[in-house]
Amino acid sequence: MALRDELGPYFGEYGGRFVPESLIAALDELDAAYTAAKTDPVFQAELAELHATYTGRPSIVTEVPRFAEHAGGARIILKREDLNHTGSHKINNVLGQALLAKRLGKTRLIAETGAGQHGVASATAAALFGMECVVYMGEVDTERQALNVARMRLLGAEVIPVTNGSRTLKDAINEALRDWVANVGDTHYLLGTVAGPHPFPVMVRDFHKIIGEEARRQVLDLTGRLPDAVTACVGGGSNAMGIFHAFLDDPDVALYGYEAAGEGHLTERHAATITRGRPGVLHGARSYMLQDEDGQTIESHSISAGLDYPGVGPEHAWLNDIGRASYLPITDDEAMQALRLLSRTEGIIPAIESAHALAGTIKLGKELGPEAIILVNLSGRGDKDMETAGKYFDILDTAALAAEDEAPL
Amino acid sequence: MSARLSSSVETVIAARKAAGSGALVGYLPVGFPDLKTSIDAAVALVENGVDIIELGLPYSDPVMDGPVIQRATQTALADGFKLGHGFEAVAAITARVDAPVLVMTYWNPVLQYGVDRFADDLLAAGGAGLITPDLVADEASEWLAASDRTGLDRVFLAAPSSTDARLRQAVERSRGFVYAVSTMGITGARADVDQAARSLVARLRDAGSTSACVGVGISTGDQVREVLGYADGAIVGSALVSALADGGVPAVARAAAALAAGTVA
Ligand SMILES: Cc1ncc(COP(=O)(O)O)c(C=O)c1O
Repeated sequence: MALRDELGPYFGEYGGRFVPESLIAALDELDAAYTAAKTDPVFQAELAELHATYTGRPSIVTEVPRFAEHAGGARIILKREDLNHTGSHKINNVLGQALLAKRLGKTRLIAETGAGQHGVASATAAALFGMECVVYMGEVDTERQALNVARMRLLGAEVIPVTNGSRTLKDAINEALRDWVANVGDTHYLLGTVAGPHPFPVMVRDFHKIIGEEARRQVLDLTGRLPDAVTACVGGGSNAMGIFHAFLDDPDVALYGYEAAGEGHLTERHAATITRGRPGVLHGARSYMLQDEDGQTIESHSISAGLDYPGVGPEHAWLNDIGRASYLPITDDEAMQALRLLSRTEGIIPAIESAHALAGTIKLGKELGPEAIILVNLSGRGDKDMETAGKYFDILDTAALAAEDEAPL
Repeated sequence: MSARLSSSVETVIAARKAAGSGALVGYLPVGFPDLKTSIDAAVALVENGVDIIELGLPYSDPVMDGPVIQRATQTALADGFKLGHGFEAVAAITARVDAPVLVMTYWNPVLQYGVDRFADDLLAAGGAGLITPDLVADEASEWLAASDRTGLDRVFLAAPSSTDARLRQAVERSRGFVYAVSTMGITGARADVDQAARSLVARLRDAGSTSACVGVGISTGDQVREVLGYADGAIVGSALVSALADGGVPAVARAAAALAAGTVA
């Protein structure tokens, strides 16, 4: 069977449904609706129309030669998911699921969010479809992504800061699951990544696989051949699965997922789930996760709220184990330097999440050399990260800004 | 290690039914407010009329639990709860009182400990079995095998939203009792225990259940009495944890006695 044809609920030994019985009926209902929608031309046309007239698909690709000079001279091509409406890839999945929720007669959308990009996309879809929207966001993240909190509220969503546990994405998912258990009758849980119980990993992947399908054609048109490598950052793994999927059965295309290594994957402050974790059950699925010997989840750390998650989608766990994709750690500082480099060499400010993919690509480009073509998923734009970046580079006041301008790259 | 021959939980429930009432199941987490007090509190439950102990293992991501139990289990974790304390507590409680102790645990700790090793150590500690809030029977093949080998009870959940086929599966696969979730929601005391509980138990009867206990939301002796009017047992958690948090062992003993008043036929 082609790798592209995997449909879950299991990918190898990963995936499944480890949830309270109260949610099984809703997952079955969702699975049935999704299975029907996949082959329903009306649904597919509705989604395609939204992507063409609202999201802004197809997203373009941009070759970045000035950036590539710092990456061994390889040809580097960015898939510009940052140009989508709402500023990241997250909208692809959100519009798909919101359409399904409408079909199921649900009137209320709930979502978890880390960086706020998925929350913003969910609030956007709720506004577009006239639905109620509640977004759970860890308190730590509401502070470091305050701009996105304001965006969600402006769009009419209620943002609930989660104060339990690590007060980040993991705990926002717990709270959203609790809400769903209690309100499953009228509520759809719009999970924002390729994790969670079946059918979420496969469904979210399918809503994002358009990224790789478009990009594969675009790279062929631009260069006349397939890329040597495709790279993406991995939090839960949705933008990575989205761009990997079309290439899974192209054996000469290497796939690289870059995990957040925080202060270093050998320190205790990182979010490098596949690099440092081991298989377990978290948030409804079996996959790699960061945990202690008792199976208690260990809190993750990353400068990037969207990658600050101690789990990862089950399909990635499987692709890692069968050797089809490689997952490597990128530190906070490597990501921030890459963020600044792309900004200065190409005039594109990436999200800190996406900057992890760029940092990995710099290393990879140096290994592969100038003959190589590397396709990078630029999953989001950096507007939301200006405060973090401003503090990181100490450029928030004008004096510092001027000094920075003198500094060499 | 020898296996259990019959379910002590079922025996206790049957005896309470034969006496014209039903069983009171009391939940407390291990290690809250500290290990020793949690053991004393569980013993006090039994001394004040609780028939079966549901001993919760604190877990980092308890998606079935409301704020009261979350706060208690987070405190236990912050104070250094380890899985070994769970087995210690089971052994200490069963040495002091003659009531079956079921362990309530999310699945990952069992998986990491090793399903067979967990079953063996629970049996050795004198535990009666497991209640698994995030493990449905569909995903439980390892645990079905380990519990068959050891004779430990396995309590699966049934929800108002479960299909008839799933209720049949829960009844067939459970041993000890089936945990009927009274309402669509997470743990926490509620003013009314849902009408949904009554119809869920009726559907479980149709599916062949002779041992169905209702949990989630029960907090008073009157509610216990009402539930025992149609179910085989009533499970109380958050109300007991609140009492323990607010007034220690004496308060949880009083709360247990007040709940147990609802079991007097
Ligand atoms: C721009 C961007 N990229 C990546 C991610 C990480 O998510 P995933 O790994 O599911 O793509 C996020 C999550 O918030 C994001 O906002």
